[in-house]
Parts: sequence; C-alpha cells; structure tokens
Amino acid sequence: MSDQAYNFAYLDEDTKRMIRRAILKGIAVPGYQVPFASREMPMPYGWGTGGVQVTAAVMTPEDVLKVIDQGADDTTNAVSIRKFFQRTAGVATTERTSEATMIQTRHRIPETPLTSDQILVYQVPIPEPMRFLEPRETETRRIHALADYGLMQVRLYEDIARHGEIATSYAYPVEVAGRYVMDPSPIPKFDNPKLDDCPAIQLFGAGREQRIYALPPYTHVRSLDFEDHPFRATKADHACAICGSASSYLDEVITDDAGGRMFVCSDTDYCAQNAKGGA
Amino acid sequence: MYVAVKGGERAIDAAHAWLDRSRRGPVDQPVLDTAQIRDQMGLAVTRVMAEGSLYDPDLAALAIKQACGDLIEAIFLIRAYRTTLPRFGASIPIDTAAMRVKRRVSATFKDAPGGQILGPTFDYTHRLLDFRLMADGELPTEPLAEGDETEPAATPHVLSFLNRDGLIEDAAPDETPPADLTREPMELPADRALRLQALARGDEGFLLGLAYSTQRGYARNHAFVGELRIGMVAVEMDIPELGFAIEIGEIEVTECETVNQFKGSRSEPAQFTRGYGLTFGQTERKALAMALVDRALRWEELGEEDQGAPAQDQEFVLSHCDNIQATGFLEHIKLPHYVDFQAELELVRRLRAGLSDHEEDAA
Repeated sequence: MSDQAYNFAYLDEDTKRMIRRAILKGIAVPGYQVPFASREMPMPYGWGTGGVQVTAAVMTPEDVLKVIDQGADDTTNAVSIRKFFQRTAGVATTERTSEATMIQTRHRIPETPLTSDQILVYQVPIPEPMRFLEPRETETRRIHALADYGLMQVRLYEDIARHGEIATSYAYPVEVAGRYVMDPSPIPKFDNPKLDDCPAIQLFGAGREQRIYALPPYTHVRSLDFEDHPFRATKADHACAICGSASSYLDEVITDDAGGRMFVCSDTDYCAQNAKGGA
Repeated sequence: MYVAVKGGERAIDAAHAWLDRSRRGPVDQPVLDTAQIRDQMGLAVTRVMAEGSLYDPDLAALAIKQACGDLIEAIFLIRAYRTTLPRFGASIPIDTAAMRVKRRVSATFKDAPGGQILGPTFDYTHRLLDFRLMADGELPTEPLAEGDETEPAATPHVLSFLNRDGLIEDAAPDETPPADLTREPMELPADRALRLQALARGDEGFLLGLAYSTQRGYARNHAFVGELRIGMVAVEMDIPELGFAIEIGEIEVTECETVNQFKGSRSEPAQFTRGYGLTFGQTERKALAMALVDRALRWEELGEEDQGAPAQDQEFVLSHCDNIQATGFLEHIKLPHYVDFQAELELVRRLRAGLSDHEEDAA
C-alpha cells in the first residue's frame, strides 16, 4: 500500500526526531513558539507543510487519520494531504471524528468533542500573533520573552473604540496558561472555546515560518478580551439547512443567480451524523 | 439547488491528467528529450540548480520538463527532492582561483594576469530575433577561433592585486563552520556566511530588484565589478579513511567580486570594501545581484549609516528572498477560505447593522 521508496510517513527518522523534540519542548512550554528546522516538503509552503511535518513526526502505523480543511474531509487540499499519508504511511483513514486518533486540520476544530486518545494537528500560516502589529521576528521574540503584550491590548481596545467591538473574527488571539499569547491559527473565533481545557493534545505546525507550538491536554486557553467587552463566540444566526443543527458553525452557500443563500454545517462529518440522528 | 463541494478527489485526478496531456503538447511533434533541455536550455538548467540548491543538470532538466518550463515550479521539484537526500559530509571549500575559466571579465582593470575572456555571453549581441533559429537552428560554419579551449592554468583573482597593496579590505579566511539553513531554523541576526547561503538560493528576480534599488540610491554602495568569472572547479572532500582530500567531481560556478565604496577615518586609511556572489552554473545576473545585496547587508559591520533601505534590512531580505516559500504562501490564497470569510462576513454585517455585542445580547 505505502510507497516503498520513502520512509514511513515520508520524513526520515532523524528529521522526525528533530521535530518530536520541538513538539516536546512546545508541550513543556504551552503556547511558546519553538523554532524547528522545517523541511521542504513535496507540497507548497502555505499548503500545510507544517501540519504535515508534525503529523508525520508523531504518526504510528496503528493511527487512524482524518484530514479536514474548512471543516470538510472532501475539500481538495484535505484530499491531497490524506492521499499523501495513505501513500507514504499506508495508515487507515476515516472521515469520522470519533474514529480518528489523529486529525490534521486547517481553519476548524471539529464540532464533535475530542477525547484524550486524540491528537489534533493544526496547519498554521503565520504563527506569530503579534506579526501584523510588529513585522520583525527579532522584536516579537522580545515581546514574548517579556510578556510585553500591551500592543495587542491597545489594538483590541482601538477596535472597540472604532467599531464598538473587537473586529477580529478568525485567528483570534488567546492567552495560554496565563503566559504566552498565541495565534490559534485561522480558526473562526467560534471555535476558540474548544481550545480551552481540551482533553486532546493540540499541536500547531508552521512550516514556512519554521515554528511549532502546542497545547497539552486540559490547558487553560483564554481568548483575549476586556471585562466590559467579554469575548463572544459568534456564528451565522441560522440553523443548518441539511441537518438542522443550530449550534454548529455554518458555511454560507450562494444557490442561485438572484443571490439566494443557504447555510450548511462547515463540519461535514458532524452534519452527516446529525442528519442521521447519531451525532 | 445546493451542490455540495464533493468530488474533490476525482477533480484532482482529472486536473492532473489534463496537465499531463497539455505538457506533452500535440502528439505529432517529437517529444522533448531531457537531454535536449539539459544541453540546449543550459541557462534555465543552471538557474534551477542554483535556486534549487542541487547541482544535477539531469534532474534540473527533468524538473523543467515536468514543470512545463515554469522555472519556479522546477526549482520547487528540485528542492523537494533535495531535502530527502542524506547528508554524508561537506566538501572542503572550492578553490575558485584554480577555476578552469570560460569567462572572466573585470570592469576595474583593462588587463590583468589571466586576461579578459568574454566567453559565451549575450553581452554585445544585438537583441534581434534570429529567424535562422526558427528555420533550422544549425550552427554557423565558421570554426571556433584558436585558443577558445582554455588551458587549465590557475587564474589569480583580480582583487588579490588590490589586496596586496592594502587598498581593499582583507578577506581573511574564517574557520568557523558555517551554519546550514536547510538543517537549522534561521536565527536573526544572521552572520555573513548564513546570509550568503540564503542569497545563493534566493530568487534571482527578487535579488535583481534589490540590487537595482541600491544602484538607484536605496543604500547605494558604488559597486564596481572587480571580477566576474565562470568556469569549472573541482569539488574535493576529506575522506577520513584516507586522511586526505580527494576530488569527487566538478561543478560549474559563477563568482562575482565587487569593489565597493571605500571607508576610512582619521585613524584608518581609506580602503575599498567588498561584496561577494557565488552561484551554481552560468548565472551571472544572479551572482552580480547577490554581490550588491551582500554588500548592502554589511552596513552595520562596516560602520555605515542605516538608511532604512530594503536592501540593508537583513530580516526583510532573508525572510523574503526564497521563492519557494514566497510562491507557496502567495498561492495558498487559492485554497478555500470559506470559514474565515464567513466569519468576516458575519462581522461586517453585524458592524453595518450597528449592533454591538451588547445590543445583540439584549436582542
């Protein structure tokens, strides 16, 4: 089944070891961005190379892998990454969140609650939460070292002053275990509460930016906010047109030339199970 | 009716089959041989080797064919292949003074030991389309002039003559083993060896633009081409079992040394400074650009003023010169972003409705 020309899960064992060390360091220091010697992968930077390297480094032959992009198993890049691991590792794959031992994701956390037997691997484009306030890595590393996050608080405050609320709808910054401010990757802020106190191991891989970070199980993750402007997870004010769920995150789909729309679950597995009545 | 975005797998397979057919082109034409690409598209091959950081003309030709001539795509194929190769050691530094030169020009001296050799160059050609190439492409019948086959006599570097007089900063050998940016994460600030390593595999177009910006005044450093040389050098490696170095092969490289604006003070005599470029193959535009950017990045070490120019900013240059990183991240915006866009849509709708979170809570 697997491609014999390459090592199990593509990466050579030395590289996996190097990545595992970075992951362990990340788990030991939750929310801290660990530099690692990211490899050039056979898919482009920005298309999940960080997530793929992390997944490859922790994968075992017994794992059951689920890959999602935008919550769906059948989006093109999720298909491509799943195929990559089928080919190079020959592991079993699934679309069921509850059956997976490893889930690699881009932009969503599954609706089905994760368990302590699972690892969730995020693909991260820009790991640095302060990047668009301060483009220099030398400076942002200093900011993290000193927990000098005033710049971020000011930005959030300015949003409120200008728009009446914090105008960040995805990649909403969080504080991890009372210490590091972390970018949760571009998940919608609707998903932020799922980061907190999660029984699963959450690993974040940014290939191009050469950073790995992690949330050990049951880590306290707080979305940044103010006492008088508490964080709120938001979603479209509709129910899913397919399964009827009123609590899952929805995609808006344009259905005709006249601008007709419908709202459907972004998490395709959750939607299918819910429609069957078995979620 | 809602059609779910299903069938991604079949769409991908069909798209790739289409790509294979379009690569082949009309089947009544002969298929392009990778040996033809290697030998007749040599400058494309060397660019792919230089930015792919892998000296292998056959694989570069294959990559160009597979990429339908998209050189950045070809470089990507080479990089992805290179990263799987085991590292069994490092060669000893190549000796470019011992180069078998096929081209060697200096813009600072009319003549120098070893002479000026134009070699196979586009310089001084008139850029007129040569329709003979379209007709048959046969070689002109005039035989090569005598002496075109250069004898392998060592050709000393032009700048060494300046160095002898102390007119140019000394390039003292540095025994510190250089870091390997493909094996360790880049740490900033980076030393010169690491910067040169990044520039050597950096995008030719990006470096060209940066180098050009220095010429137009964004951190101008008055570069003269002290010497540009292209030719074959031996690659030697220390073999522990033997206890000495043996030659394991030959590579073609382009080396550019620039003579740049002098520095000096009351206590120190005026002295020219250097910029350096070294790339695989015949890639002289790249080597020149690299030398100018290298020199611009040395402002701090040479006690120059930070003009805030892009070419002086090592974090800016090193973070953005790699075209494989850049193209991947640029092109990833083609991937679905439904979820984030949906989150933004909701936010903008809510802001337009003039509802704050609190009002929404009350509703």
